[in-house]
Amino acid sequence: METNKAIISVKNLVKKYDDFVAVQGLTFDVYEHEIFGLLGPNGAGKTTTLEIIETLRNKTSGEIIVDGFSVDQDPHKIKQIIGVQLQAAGYYPNLNLVELIELFAGLYGANIKPMEMLEKVNLQDKAKAKYKALSGGQKQRFSIATTLINQPKIIFLDEPTTGLDPQARRNLWDLIIEIRKAGTTVVITTHYMDEAEQLCDRVAFVERGEIIALDTPDNLIDELVNSGFERKKEVKKANLEDVFINLTGKEWRE
Amino acid sequence: MNDQNSVNASGTGTYSNLTATLALAKASFRSIMRSPSAVVFTLAFPLIFILVFGFLGGGGTRIDVGVTPGSDVDNPVMGMLEQTGMIRLVKDKSKADFDKLLEKGNVDAMIDVHRKVNSSAYSVNVVYTSASRDKGGILKSVLNNAFYNKTLKPSVAEIKESTIVGREYRTIDFILPGQLGFSLLSTGVFGTAFVFLSLRQTLVIKRFFATPVRRSSIVIGEGIARIGFALIGALFIILIGHFFFHFTLVHGVVTVVNMLLLATMGIIVFMGFGFIISGIAKSESMVPPISNIVTLPQFLLSGTFFSIEAFPTWLQPISRALPLTYLNDAMRKVAFEGMGLWDVKFQIMILVIWGIGIYAVAVKVFKWE
Repeated sequence: METNKAIISVKNLVKKYDDFVAVQGLTFDVYEHEIFGLLGPNGAGKTTTLEIIETLRNKTSGEIIVDGFSVDQDPHKIKQIIGVQLQAAGYYPNLNLVELIELFAGLYGANIKPMEMLEKVNLQDKAKAKYKALSGGQKQRFSIATTLINQPKIIFLDEPTTGLDPQARRNLWDLIIEIRKAGTTVVITTHYMDEAEQLCDRVAFVERGEIIALDTPDNLIDELVNSGFERKKEVKKANLEDVFINLTGKEWRE
Repeated sequence: MNDQNSVNASGTGTYSNLTATLALAKASFRSIMRSPSAVVFTLAFPLIFILVFGFLGGGGTRIDVGVTPGSDVDNPVMGMLEQTGMIRLVKDKSKADFDKLLEKGNVDAMIDVHRKVNSSAYSVNVVYTSASRDKGGILKSVLNNAFYNKTLKPSVAEIKESTIVGREYRTIDFILPGQLGFSLLSTGVFGTAFVFLSLRQTLVIKRFFATPVRRSSIVIGEGIARIGFALIGALFIILIGHFFFHFTLVHGVVTVVNMLLLATMGIIVFMGFGFIISGIAKSESMVPPISNIVTLPQFLLSGTFFSIEAFPTWLQPISRALPLTYLNDAMRKVAFEGMGLWDVKFQIMILVIWGIGIYAVAVKVFKWE
């Protein structure tokens, strides 16, 4: 974090659909080894921005460099060093988890042991299960396992915790923190601000295709407080989610 | 493990498209083998038709001939009729029973044989029924063949001679190539259309695009799996037909190999229809109706069940425009007449022309996302 070396650099990114501007002039850097959050309401342009960086979508204009490679010239090289978890992506039908991991290993040209990948996300017991038969939290963990197959430098997670219960959500946070500890840069989108506050080193707020704020969660909160903002209700030392976890236990229900 | 993978991750140009293609082919093949609809369309349907026609025909037309009570039964005429393998003699029923069966066409004719008085010759009295004219006609020609050329004392040796003339053309020899063609058509069209539409809709393909895999690898990998599956199905159908229903394979293994080569050409052409349908269909529920528009006319008009010569003349040009007609035709020529692939080059040429046309359209309408 101290070095602040940019691994992703986005300059003046614009994406226009026929009569609709989804992204208008985004500029930001993602630093090496950080967890970077893209926050904003639905339709703000978060997913579009991610997919352009992931080389899955063409941009209208602007410049994007990922680990020294340009999305225009070297999309193939970029694909080899990133891991991508898509919102609501499915997996090849009728295959079990081990077979799916083998498939992705072939697609990435990576030489890995499928069981070791599943162990990383604690799914070794589900090795012979079909993706469809997994719970929401397990599905997300499996998706994350597929992003790690090529030992990527950066992984992109698009709303990985949407629809999960509190236990599964916290469990996924632990996994994401572990991945970052192993040296991987994480770019994440989410609608949950508590999640962003817990996980992200820095966050960017996107609104109508523009960045309206970019800083560490702490700085952003301080800024708001300094401007004289006050919560209507006094903040207690715990919230209702803490009560929920305290009552129902920490272990995952899957 | 980390070290080893960091080599891969650094992307030093060691990426192998072949590995990716084969990984996809393997995954797709596993998936097809576990998909009930693929197995049903490729194997179960054709086998059911083959079973039905195999048992129904049992080796050609069968004519039930009642033996009139009181008739002589131990004579060369009866022996000859039984030898043809086409005629089943029905004995031990009363006159009244036979009259009823005859009226309904449940027996196709009655025969009454008596030794002529003071002669070694026999007098044969045959009664046909209007309820079964076509089979009566066949019986008539069988009897004509056997008798009128050699009026007196037909010897067993002479009769044998007349039955060896041609290779026996059984129902299975006609039905099996047709079913094989239809199996290839349905697995090519339905299978390909469903797979690519669902991979597109469930964003599986999008996830693939986030890996370094090439588009051509995705198409080729899927193709290898489907062709492999279709050929295993074809081999299975041919072997069951051969060993259980005496399907004729004139040159044995060589014939089988030729048939599988034809099957490969067929499935590649038919997969083209599948690619087009996956591009046109907006949802999975649109796949069956569109696919049926492609498969049903060919099922009915391409000589799958009936020879297209049996169709009215105005219909025959339509039949002769369909690719399955030529695949069926080539299959029958190779299997039953023992022709080589070069002998059916005309049929192959028509298939190739269809292939070029279909893929030209497929390239235009196929959608990745």
